[in-house]
Amino acid sequence: MVEQEGFRRYVAHIILWIGIAIVAFPVYIAIVASTQDNALIANGQMSLLPGGHFFEVYYQTIFVGTSGSTREPVANMMLNSLIMALLIAVGKIAISIISAYAIVYFRFPFRMAIFWIIFITLMLPVEVRIYPTYKIVADLHMLDSYAGLALPLIASATATLLFRQFFMTVPDELLEASRIDGAGPLRFFWDTLLPLSRTNMAALFVILFILGWNQYLWPLLITTRDDMQTIQVGIRKMITTTDALTEWPIVMATAVLAMLPPVFVVLAMQKLFVRGLVETEK
Amino acid sequence: MQKQAIFRSKLLPYLLVAPQLAVVLIFFYWPALQAVIQSFLLQDAFGLSMSFVWFDNYIELFKDPAYFESIVRTFFFSFAIAVSSLAFALLLAVMADKPLRGVMLYRTLLIWPYAVAPPVVGVLWIFMLHPSLGVISRYLRAAGIDWNPLLDGNQAAALIIVAAAWKQISYNFLFFLAGLQAIPKSVFEAAAIDGARPMRRFWTVTFPLLSPTIFFLLVVNIVYAFFDTFGIIDTMTRGGPGTSTVTLVYKVYSDGLLGGNLGSSAAQSVILMILVIVLTGIQFRFVERKVTY
Repeated sequence: MVEQEGFRRYVAHIILWIGIAIVAFPVYIAIVASTQDNALIANGQMSLLPGGHFFEVYYQTIFVGTSGSTREPVANMMLNSLIMALLIAVGKIAISIISAYAIVYFRFPFRMAIFWIIFITLMLPVEVRIYPTYKIVADLHMLDSYAGLALPLIASATATLLFRQFFMTVPDELLEASRIDGAGPLRFFWDTLLPLSRTNMAALFVILFILGWNQYLWPLLITTRDDMQTIQVGIRKMITTTDALTEWPIVMATAVLAMLPPVFVVLAMQKLFVRGLVETEK
Repeated sequence: MQKQAIFRSKLLPYLLVAPQLAVVLIFFYWPALQAVIQSFLLQDAFGLSMSFVWFDNYIELFKDPAYFESIVRTFFFSFAIAVSSLAFALLLAVMADKPLRGVMLYRTLLIWPYAVAPPVVGVLWIFMLHPSLGVISRYLRAAGIDWNPLLDGNQAAALIIVAAAWKQISYNFLFFLAGLQAIPKSVFEAAAIDGARPMRRFWTVTFPLLSPTIFFLLVVNIVYAFFDTFGIIDTMTRGGPGTSTVTLVYKVYSDGLLGGNLGSSAAQSVILMILVIVLTGIQFRFVERKVTY
């Protein structure tokens, strides 16, 4: 920049590393705790270095589950979370991209009314209408089902707005050209628009997958069967109110497993992640 | 703004919007409408009939000191979380905006907590600061602090604020860094030629130029603190001790779990909706300004 003395640069490096340490410390502790003996942790004598129980703790967590509170293998919880996250991400992208296509590329009665009906949903997260939504899902017999987990969370406008904005920037010449080639609306959508939207879809998918995987309040309410629990709900049930019974190494291993997929997505697809984040917040 | 080149078809556009319209009407408008209607109704003691009571449910709510306390608490939590997280993230972003070696690595190492779910954040922090087995609690007690967030309401509140702010650092950092990088470097050079020292340059040049980003993030953080703290609170304190960490969303949830007063819980939902609409309205106005900025 301007007068970049070496000293200032060192200070910046040090502050950044302190920040990184603060950000990473709780996760380090979780990883360490997940490799130790429960008795040691319960006594408040947890070591700050990894212990030797890595394989047995993770084996029990993934394939068996806690012996007291949840009794459900975490592998199954992760599968539920994965299905829910994929349904939310794919479902939202699918219904949003076609409705945005209709709104941008067609003129039809009530077009703007429909746009506004969808647009308004942008404002209210599921938390503010939680019990009425619960009642509807119950009436539709969708409690303890993947549809019940995903559908209410798909009802929001972010993706539609994003695709609408993107379609507006697509040059009209493309449509004219494909029309000359004899393509109808569906052909144009499939052969031209969809390939152009690929990056947008991928960025959106990354964000929606993370948001879907991390859902908590809604799954907590509508899953009653143990085998339908998502991992976020499962981890809460592992912490028993009588602390003595909490199997901390398993809880911490579950926390680590719950973090792995979304953190991996952020790190592996950093560019798409940043792009998705910035675009969905517009 | 409208497209000039369009397709003509009578049925197709309706088919294309139908799935989203169906989902939105069934899972958004219908429940929201139910909440509004129920908030004006009172159920009799046997749950057999409903009577229309105007704003009685709302008046009851605002007369209830517990509800009033949870409003104040929610706003306090929101501001505390937003301000602490923004301040720390801004410091890191300003450091990372310098031409340092390894800036991309720093960015990578700072943004991943965005992906950690709120209930997991709660579990991580309660474990470190658990009164009997937490690794940090040991040092707090050694330092003479009587640390027990499971019994002391203020400590529980502090714990939730710290945990929630921790999760939000990465998000704020990312947007601050983008905001900083959008400021032309010549502005700083001009200020430096005028003899402004780095600290002064920050407060008189960087900070004002960054103010749109700061306002935007302030609103986003407050909305985050309203809703996403639910998972953190539920795994760490479950609203306790007493009601010292019950926020508005947590109250809707826990009152509803107890069953009972449908009208009151609906009224709470409606108040929450209004609050969010106001916050989103502020954000939209602000985004407009950012565009013309």
